[in-house]
Amino acid sequence: MKFSENWLRHHVPTKASRDELSATLTAIGLEVEEVTALGDSLDGVIVARIISAQKHPEADRLQVCEVDTGNGTVQIVCGAPNARAGLVAPLATVGATLPGGIAIKAAKLRGVESFGMLCSAKELGIDPDASGLLELPADAKVGTPLATYLGLPDASIEIKLTPNRADCFSVRGIAFDVAAALGGQVIPLDAQPVPAQNDATMQVVLDAGERVPRFAGRVIGNVDASVSTPVWMAERLRRSGLRPISFLVDVTQYVMLELGQPMHAFDKDKLEGDIVVRPARANEKLALLDGRTVELGDDFLVVSDSVGGKGARAVALGGIMGGAETRVTDTTRNVFLEAAHWIPSAIIGRSRKLGMHTDAGHRFERGVDPELPGIAVEYATRLILDIAGGIPGPLVDVTLPEHLRSPEPILLRRARLARVLGLTVADDEVARIFTALGMKVEAQADGWKVTAPSRRFDIEREEDLIEEVARIHGYENIPTSTPAGALTLAVEPEGRLNELAVREQLAARGYYEAVNLAFIGNDVLQRWGMTEQLVPLANPLSADLAVMRPSLVPGLIVALSHNRARQQERVRLFELGRTFRISAEAAARKDAPTETPTLAIVACGNAHAEQWGEASRQLDFHDLKGDLDALIAWGGEPERWAIHADGLPGWLHPGRGARVTRDGKTVGFLGALHPQLAKALDLGADAHVLEVELEPVLGRRLPKAQPVPRFPSVRRDIAVDVPEAVTWSQIEQTVRQTLGNQLKELRLFDRYSGKGVEVGRKSLAMGLILQDASRTLTDDDADRNIREAVAALEMACKAKLRG
Amino acid sequence: MDDLDSRASAALADIDKADTLEALDALRVSLLGKSGIVTAALKALGALSPDERKSRGAEVNRIKDHLADALAARKQVLEQAELDHRLASETIDITLPGRNGERGGIHPITRTLERISAIFSRLGYQRADGPEIEDDWHNFEALNFPPHHPARAMHDTFYFGDGRLLRTHTSPVQVRSMQGRQPPIRIIAPGKVYRSDSDQTHSPMFHQIEGLLVDETSSFADLKGTLAEFIRAFFERDFEMRFRPSYFPFTEPSAEVDIRWETEDGGSRWLEVLGCGMVHPNVLKNCGIDPERYTGFAFGLGVERFAMLRYGVSDLRAFFENDLRFLKQFA
Repeated sequence: MKFSENWLRHHVPTKASRDELSATLTAIGLEVEEVTALGDSLDGVIVARIISAQKHPEADRLQVCEVDTGNGTVQIVCGAPNARAGLVAPLATVGATLPGGIAIKAAKLRGVESFGMLCSAKELGIDPDASGLLELPADAKVGTPLATYLGLPDASIEIKLTPNRADCFSVRGIAFDVAAALGGQVIPLDAQPVPAQNDATMQVVLDAGERVPRFAGRVIGNVDASVSTPVWMAERLRRSGLRPISFLVDVTQYVMLELGQPMHAFDKDKLEGDIVVRPARANEKLALLDGRTVELGDDFLVVSDSVGGKGARAVALGGIMGGAETRVTDTTRNVFLEAAHWIPSAIIGRSRKLGMHTDAGHRFERGVDPELPGIAVEYATRLILDIAGGIPGPLVDVTLPEHLRSPEPILLRRARLARVLGLTVADDEVARIFTALGMKVEAQADGWKVTAPSRRFDIEREEDLIEEVARIHGYENIPTSTPAGALTLAVEPEGRLNELAVREQLAARGYYEAVNLAFIGNDVLQRWGMTEQLVPLANPLSADLAVMRPSLVPGLIVALSHNRARQQERVRLFELGRTFRISAEAAARKDAPTETPTLAIVACGNAHAEQWGEASRQLDFHDLKGDLDALIAWGGEPERWAIHADGLPGWLHPGRGARVTRDGKTVGFLGALHPQLAKALDLGADAHVLEVELEPVLGRRLPKAQPVPRFPSVRRDIAVDVPEAVTWSQIEQTVRQTLGNQLKELRLFDRYSGKGVEVGRKSLAMGLILQDASRTLTDDDADRNIREAVAALEMACKAKLRG
Repeated sequence: MDDLDSRASAALADIDKADTLEALDALRVSLLGKSGIVTAALKALGALSPDERKSRGAEVNRIKDHLADALAARKQVLEQAELDHRLASETIDITLPGRNGERGGIHPITRTLERISAIFSRLGYQRADGPEIEDDWHNFEALNFPPHHPARAMHDTFYFGDGRLLRTHTSPVQVRSMQGRQPPIRIIAPGKVYRSDSDQTHSPMFHQIEGLLVDETSSFADLKGTLAEFIRAFFERDFEMRFRPSYFPFTEPSAEVDIRWETEDGGSRWLEVLGCGMVHPNVLKNCGIDPERYTGFAFGLGVERFAMLRYGVSDLRAFFENDLRFLKQFA
């Protein structure tokens, strides 16, 4: 909402400076977004009339004007294209300094003397228009200081309104808040009923039920619609962000800005029959003022005339915009003014549906004072009669009382007010605030009974009143304190790691945390073969942000590629976030999609950052497996985890990928990307990923302490060779099953194939750490264990003992 | 006698000249060994008269001690030299980079979010969470946004085909935390939220932290005090602050909180950092809490905004590009 500062001050006189006024508006919840000062230094600028304009003898574009200053004439050289004899325009006289800092002196322009400067609106700092001299009305009194004539200086103040303050879409609405905050009074509105001078009227039928419970109007005959809008009105409109258009339209705009009631003026002679307010018919067409023709349906309301019965035409789009056919023009003689009450739910979303935005629609969406229509018509009538003449008919004011609600008194309890605010506000101050806001206050034993005016329909309950007291008394006057209420200590389960700890651990292992948007494109998912159980958005921003991610991996790989393309050879990223899926059955049951907190890491490049101490190598599967092992180890229950070579998704290398399970349930995958996918993504064989559900990783065992072993352990190393296809896991299981509890640990410390080992076989060297809880193992015990282990390996794994 | 004396003098000179431990040991043997000259002189004492033996004996022993001391002293010198030499030869370049010292880092949003959560957890707020795909009731209706409310239009909501939506704020966690539970309640709910808006200053996904306190005594004054303490704890300094009346359907009275932020040109301006208010009685009622007995306050803040202010990040989009050159600055 943008308005003229002077206009506001006209309704609520205050000594507060512009800065104080602006600060006050913000402090009471009408946040000031911009203050534009207008016409700040216009001393020496006067209203003047060009008596004659002759071409400059030396310059084509200049004219030499004889100008009447009201106190003699002066010669002015002027370059404006619209300078002409008879024009009334602002003249900056010698000695004036314009807002831009231009000091006006007597000067010679191309050899011709000039004693001042005729000015454009821009040069005066009152409007961006620099196309020519500011044209003033012909009746402007020559010699009047321009500032006096235009009501300057002034300022355009723009405030940001919260949705609950629809009443402040008007200068008077704002005035009540200012009066309450600054301690002034709003000057009563002069909207005395205008007596009818004839009985010209229109019948109005309200046929839209609760959606339009009130409609006021009036016929004014014999109006001179061609009069110019008075300067004071045009300036107020301009400074409030509206362009003056024509007198009758300007009056309706002016009343809307001042009172908050959107209005419309019809050319009565173009209406046929009476007025009906009704829902639009299906596919009903209406040509609007802005030149567009819209097609409506029964969720729109229209003002219609009555000729043609059921086929009567719509003449205005209710609450939003008037129609083109019945608009007023300069030649309009008879006007029908309209001010109706359209309820918000009948208007909300309708403009947007048509791709338009109007000041009227915006106001009705938020809500307008239902008491205003009659007042607005009276006020507009008075303005029209005063300026353009005419003969008023009687006021038409049709209401559906069953759909109009008067504000109910609300009880504000003194104790409640003090408790919610943490502050006791003096009784006098409370009463003063409500009164200044235009509310009726009745003192009660335990508080106040308050009735809001009809324009404050946002006031519905006690809390609304508390808020009014708080913001007008001033939030800054509420003390600060510390909550003293009871406190329960939250129990944090020790059996669960927190996510931050997991993040820190991954960071300690060299990974940087990434944060990706949670949506991804269908084409990317297609490429990854992730096409099932997807959760698509109904209104995505774009095709590449159309689906909730079913996996963190594709997005992380995009981030990896982004970095590779920026000279980062070695990239290690992780992300914690939710993945989203829904099964067909769940969708059929209208269940919510599953949101699974997930952890993923991606890596490429060398296993270690470039260094001098060890031979460098590319990272491989077992580097990422090590990361997984570390995550698992922290939970303290590695025995619940396993990895499997089967059941891999298509995006993993079938020979270098693994499925991860916990308690037998699949919780993730790791491995190298499938070479075809890697190639398509322009990545090498070094790109590896791990994705695992977060909750299992966060699971943590509560330690149960055991006595420290009292007897020493014995270590024996053996090397066996086995066929290539035998996995370490098979060997480990065989040895563990064979040796049982005496085997404390089995460590693989070498793996070799090549020279000295038969083709198709590999050599594995391992250390067996043996220990008994009840005695010290002898050499014989150890030797027997090793013999048994080797025998079992020979049987189960086709192993041969080496050396 | 003179012979032993003069030989001992010569030996002392030899000891000083010995430059290896081996040469010194050879000298020791030739002097004090079984067939060394001192041993020989001691053996020769037997042939002397008791008187002579006594004086001569004392003389020989004096020479013997003298030589032994000289040998020991020299040995110490040579051993020290050898150690010095060895240590010098073992010196390494300690300025070479250490092994495997690399480290990754946590995202600045996480870092900010955790810092904020930690501050509130010290005040007894418990962390809470809820789904990112919400239903209309939790995201709007229960929070006192009636259907067609203009405040809904300000929320640029992402919808799914079944009418569910991506939560537009973390406030539904308030509702979930209060349902089926009675005060005192203190929760902090950080998380991702979504609005269908994308430009230089808006990301369709961003992070919020919601705070909620409900008990029998809380007031707007408590809210002001809590947030003032929070701002001081987060930025580690005091700020000029103002609470400005605002509107949220789920709080009343509502406020936006501005802090006075110094700009680079030496000036300052008000910067909005938080929205807050007293929990609306309708919200308490919707969650089964008696609004007559209990009052509460809620606040919400944008994590990205705090991260930008704290670390001087000027472009919101940098948070979601995952460029290592950016991420490494927060390691």
